[in-house]
Amino acid sequence: MQALYAQLLVGLINGSFYALLSLGLAVIFGMLNIINFAHGALYMMGAFCAYFLLNLGGLGYWWALLIAPIAVGIFGMILERTLLQWLAGLDHLYGLLLTFGIALIVQGVFQNYFGSSGLPYAIPDYPKIAGFNGLQGGMNLGFMFLPVYRGWVVVFSLVVCLATWFLIERTRLGAYLRAATENPTLVRAFGINVPRMITLTYGLGVGLAALAGVLSAPINQVRPLMGADLIIVVFAVVVIGGMGSIMGSIITGFALGVVEGLTKYFYPEASNTVVFVLMVLVLLVKPTGLTGRAA
Amino acid sequence: MTAMTDNALQASPRAMRDEMVVFGLMAVLLAIVPWTGIYPFFVMQALCFALLACAFNLLIGYGGLLSFGHAMFLGTAGYCSAHALKVWGLSPELGILTGTAAAALLGVVTGYISIRRQGIYFSMITLALSQLLYFIYLQAPFTHGEDGIQGIPQGYLFGVFNLANATTLYYVILAGFLCGFLLIFRTINSPFGEVLKSIRENEQRATSLGYKTDQYKLLAFILSGTLAGLAGALKVFVAQNASLTDVHWSMSGEIVLMTLVGGLGTIFGPVVGAFVIIAMQQYLASFGQWVTVIQGVIFVACVLTFRRGVVGEIAHYFRLSL
Repeated sequence: MQALYAQLLVGLINGSFYALLSLGLAVIFGMLNIINFAHGALYMMGAFCAYFLLNLGGLGYWWALLIAPIAVGIFGMILERTLLQWLAGLDHLYGLLLTFGIALIVQGVFQNYFGSSGLPYAIPDYPKIAGFNGLQGGMNLGFMFLPVYRGWVVVFSLVVCLATWFLIERTRLGAYLRAATENPTLVRAFGINVPRMITLTYGLGVGLAALAGVLSAPINQVRPLMGADLIIVVFAVVVIGGMGSIMGSIITGFALGVVEGLTKYFYPEASNTVVFVLMVLVLLVKPTGLTGRAA
Repeated sequence: MTAMTDNALQASPRAMRDEMVVFGLMAVLLAIVPWTGIYPFFVMQALCFALLACAFNLLIGYGGLLSFGHAMFLGTAGYCSAHALKVWGLSPELGILTGTAAAALLGVVTGYISIRRQGIYFSMITLALSQLLYFIYLQAPFTHGEDGIQGIPQGYLFGVFNLANATTLYYVILAGFLCGFLLIFRTINSPFGEVLKSIRENEQRATSLGYKTDQYKLLAFILSGTLAGLAGALKVFVAQNASLTDVHWSMSGEIVLMTLVGGLGTIFGPVVGAFVIIAMQQYLASFGQWVTVIQGVIFVACVLTFRRGVVGEIAHYFRLSL
């Protein structure tokens, strides 16, 4: 049973990354009508940002958690202003091709300087409160041993996802955002700067990806191609869940992570492919995706 | 919203004539390659990729479906041909047939799944399906995982043509390429091709005119997959191996890049694009990972400034249909 719980936890962690990334993809697609192929590369940049902050700037994990999403988010906003904005009015597919190109450039540059092997990033050992050694070590829950860092990733991701949901579905800013997704011209007529909102939205989506990157750095090591395969799985998650609903993306992300974890326990050979197989099944039964409307 | 390709002119007798002239020129140029001193293996490799890109272009240029998983046909046909030739000891023609048939079968299955969604979702689904196959091939014993199938015997085609001879092999590959190309050319200019174009322009309207658009898209997908498979099967004789690189997503990206550079929806664009990209990889091989970066830059530059591609720009300038 210990092994099952451990795999479930791994599944929940992967699910956190799926949720954070597919959430960002959905938000970006809503505003920009672009499927951001560069999402995996930007996730990787988040992890590298944490690595640089620690090794060049001496700033630890907690700073990275704050700075990396902002830094990569700004990089994303520059991309949007310089490249993506020119795609407005063109076929969606050009957005996919352009962001694929950006992903190749970013991953290629990092591969040049860092090769393909992983760089270590330690789990933070501070603050030391109430017997905790930062996020290192673990605790015995009775039925399983829980590494603190892994528990932290799941809880923190869930909080961030729900906060994003709250921001978009329950605040005034989110209302503008949803309105601009439905009808940008009308929202502009009300005096709201829609192009700036588009830029900020892209920055938000990219920031979420970078945050996921920082969270994964101590678990998966920092590698130039860490996001390349992940983004394809996230695409399958998006196809399964549909991009119509924020909560749908979050739930689908976590649920598929758990399914993957269970597969690792019961039939490890299929753990790489289970999400894709599920995608095929969903397409056969309900082609619009679980929460999606007709595209 | 503007469609991805606006350079496919109406089929007219003049356009057909121009296209036939250019086709003749291309065939003659390619036929004299062995006498020019150009490295034949480079041209053979480029021809395989040219056929692959043409097959891909049939979907995007004439059906409006951007497949981001065409490497799965290349790789599947490659593995099946290689296995048939090496392990089963089949003759080359049966080996090619095995690989192409496997790709056709894969086209039926993946097409049935992926045409259920359109646009951006179609691209994501094809990419995910090819990644699924990548992991299957990574674990399947007959593909020999990371090593791939190596040292594939070339043999005698129809018991007569010695494929170990570079010149003979070249003409066999060229014949395969030209047959595939003509089939695509014929398809585009057939009533079927016209319906496909109308689906690309406005699917709802095509449906309201009584066309079962899903069947047309599925048939185009299967045809495209089969021809991509033919390219993969031919490539086995050139490279004499079948490896995971051919199924990887980056290969699918390269196919898209070739077609984009040459010109989406142009007849000759994918051929030009394939030669450009393969030549670039040859000359820049010493730059290592910078090749990836350069490919990315080409992607960005093409999408932002050069959406018609090389052939598309020429065709547009001279008001030709190419």
